[in-house]
Amino acid sequence: MSEAPYALQEHFRDLEQQKDAATLGMWIFLVTEVMFFGGVMLSYSTARYLHPAAFAAASHYSDPLIGAINTAVLICSSLTMALAVHASQLGERKPLVGYLAATIVLGCVFLAVKAYEWSHKFHEHVVPGYDFSFPGPEARSAALYFTHYFAMTGLHALHMVIGVAVLGVLLVRAWKGRYTPAYHTPVELSGLYWHFVDIVWIFLYPLLYLIDIHR
Amino acid sequence: MSAVPPVEVEHHENYLNTSYGVWSWLLTTDHKRIGLLYLVSVTFFFFVGGFFATLIRLHLMTPQGTLVDAATYNKMFTMHGVVMVFFFLIPAIPTVLGNFLVPLMIGAKDLAFPRLNLASWYIFNAGGLLMIYSVMRGGLDTGWTFYPPYSSLYSNTHVVSAVLGIFIAGFSSILTGLNFLVTVHTMRAPGMTWGRLPLFVWSHYATSIIFVLGTPVIAITLALVGIERIFHLGIFDPSLGGDPVLFQHLFWFYSHPAVYIMVLPGMAVTTELITTFSRKRLFGYGFVAAASIAIAVIGFFVWGHHMFVAGQSFYASMVFSILSYLVAIPSAIKVFNWTATLYKGSISWATPMLYGLGFIGLFVMGGMTGLFLSALGVDVHVHDTYFVVAHFHYIMVGGTVMAYLGGLHYWWPKMSGRMYPEGLAKFAAVVLFIGFNLTFFPQFVLGYLGMPRRYHSYSPEFQVLNVMSTAGASILAVGYLLPMAYFIWSMRYGPIAGPNPWPGTGLEWLTASPPPEKNFEVTPVVTWDAYDFPNRHDLKYPAPTPGFTPAQTWPPE
Repeated sequence: MSEAPYALQEHFRDLEQQKDAATLGMWIFLVTEVMFFGGVMLSYSTARYLHPAAFAAASHYSDPLIGAINTAVLICSSLTMALAVHASQLGERKPLVGYLAATIVLGCVFLAVKAYEWSHKFHEHVVPGYDFSFPGPEARSAALYFTHYFAMTGLHALHMVIGVAVLGVLLVRAWKGRYTPAYHTPVELSGLYWHFVDIVWIFLYPLLYLIDIHR
Repeated sequence: MSAVPPVEVEHHENYLNTSYGVWSWLLTTDHKRIGLLYLVSVTFFFFVGGFFATLIRLHLMTPQGTLVDAATYNKMFTMHGVVMVFFFLIPAIPTVLGNFLVPLMIGAKDLAFPRLNLASWYIFNAGGLLMIYSVMRGGLDTGWTFYPPYSSLYSNTHVVSAVLGIFIAGFSSILTGLNFLVTVHTMRAPGMTWGRLPLFVWSHYATSIIFVLGTPVIAITLALVGIERIFHLGIFDPSLGGDPVLFQHLFWFYSHPAVYIMVLPGMAVTTELITTFSRKRLFGYGFVAAASIAIAVIGFFVWGHHMFVAGQSFYASMVFSILSYLVAIPSAIKVFNWTATLYKGSISWATPMLYGLGFIGLFVMGGMTGLFLSALGVDVHVHDTYFVVAHFHYIMVGGTVMAYLGGLHYWWPKMSGRMYPEGLAKFAAVVLFIGFNLTFFPQFVLGYLGMPRRYHSYSPEFQVLNVMSTAGASILAVGYLLPMAYFIWSMRYGPIAGPNPWPGTGLEWLTASPPPEKNFEVTPVVTWDAYDFPNRHDLKYPAPTPGFTPAQTWPPE
């Protein structure tokens, strides 16, 4: 505590209480996020249950290989994030800065690939409500696949953008040496958030890319 | 009287006079000041919603309608419902009384995340402003339930901005619930164990669980409606392959638990009022605490009772019917325990107690008629009639608003440091009770006789009961305006209240009125159970002062 007195807010007894509160707060926030994504996943499940064939056909517009590469990128970013948390616990400034930077880069790679996939969808005229044409009688139902595709990946990408921004702030503060073995809660909690966003993608990838792969 | 020592009138440093100016309020992170900011906001929205209620009741004076055309009438009841539910009933007690009291009651200096708390007030107002914008631009007419495909395809009103307003305001609920949960878990004073928490805190804990688990679902649901409407997509639109019943499932998954968001804090207030003014330990502390959690949990599994006639499977309806009966058990446990607390209590008839007793009576009426509606056969008969309208107004207005006003009276001396005029306040409480019953009891009869809700006109034989209801509403309005007037009056002219005018047992009464900025001079150490009136020999009635006479002498000399 004496190492970082600026870190303790005055309504807490000590840093331990402050850390307990912050950690519990982040976990509860992640619970609300589960419920938030849960709503759109239920909507997806219902639509796919009603139109299984159209969903299978429409899923061919999403390349499983690109999705797999992006999944690997995201899992690697989770590794670098975990290493960053570890470095912050030990108070190692340079490795912390390095791992945070690596996580940001990997996050940006994911977003760039996502942007490429989205633009591809625009070129193929499968953007419901904007420019949509789909061969065959199932066009109306396939539109529901793409609606959920954009809603779910868009929501996930938004969370990624927020995550990258948060990591950017952490990077600056880590550079200034603000995080010590006694006070590194922000790095830990941002790590929790980052892992959560990764896990969401682990669900989205099979739901959107792999539903017709076994045929 | 000259022997009575003067009550503390010297100027003590408190949260109200520690700093002055607009910015000291708009940038405050003090949970007490934020509670008062919320008081201003929700009062504003209460009168906006009340304005539409007034127009509705005036319109329904005659069978063919006196005031507006059919389309405008649709907007009136929609905006009444949306504003009252999302911008008054859901936030009112947690954000005003909960914000002010939860840290005080557990002996903390503030909520765990004070800046988040302030942010949630701004978020709430941003959502509210969007709502007001929608109203000003011509309103919306979907009903407060936003059922698609009407809301997403056919309605020509301002659905998107209204939905966005509710979406934004929802995050203020989420953040408030998160803040309460973390605060109760991590910020309790030494000795304040879970078994010693006032039940006000237990109920707010249960409410926060619903805030956190339910609100994200309504957020994503309304977001999908907005997206569907803007881009003409088909998530809920059957003509485009979507499923409108899916919307109803998602909507009621939040909006039924939201009823418990409204009534659990009302129960929280009532428990405090009943014990203080019976001067008895609460009968069955553990049962009442567990009942709060049980209501929050079971409340998540009953949503299908809103959809008995919406085409869900018959077996689902049976299960939802049984589960809806189950939620009556913890609610009844609470009522029985309050009643048992009153039994052989040393009851005094202070104004807050009138509201507390009013809450119990009206809540029982609302709850019992809720059982009618969860019975499959009866529900088909009275579905979408004024019976339903009367039922939920008994819970929401008779329950929540009564408790909210009772709580405001009970803690007003703590919040403002001054007493309201007791005689006038008693009169207002009685006026409210009479006005409320005259407004809504006839609607039970109307509904049972078959008058449908949401229609701008009705058969002539219903006119007598409708005129009774409108007359009651005008009495009700007087009952709401009176407290508004004398609370404002008392802020300057009310008699000075001591730290503990009732006296109550909670930690909030151990500190000065109004409390200092950091709540307690010294963090209290708790060595007693909640509501331990027999063993709290430190509690004395304060000496009478001009304008304030304690209700009775207790403990006996």
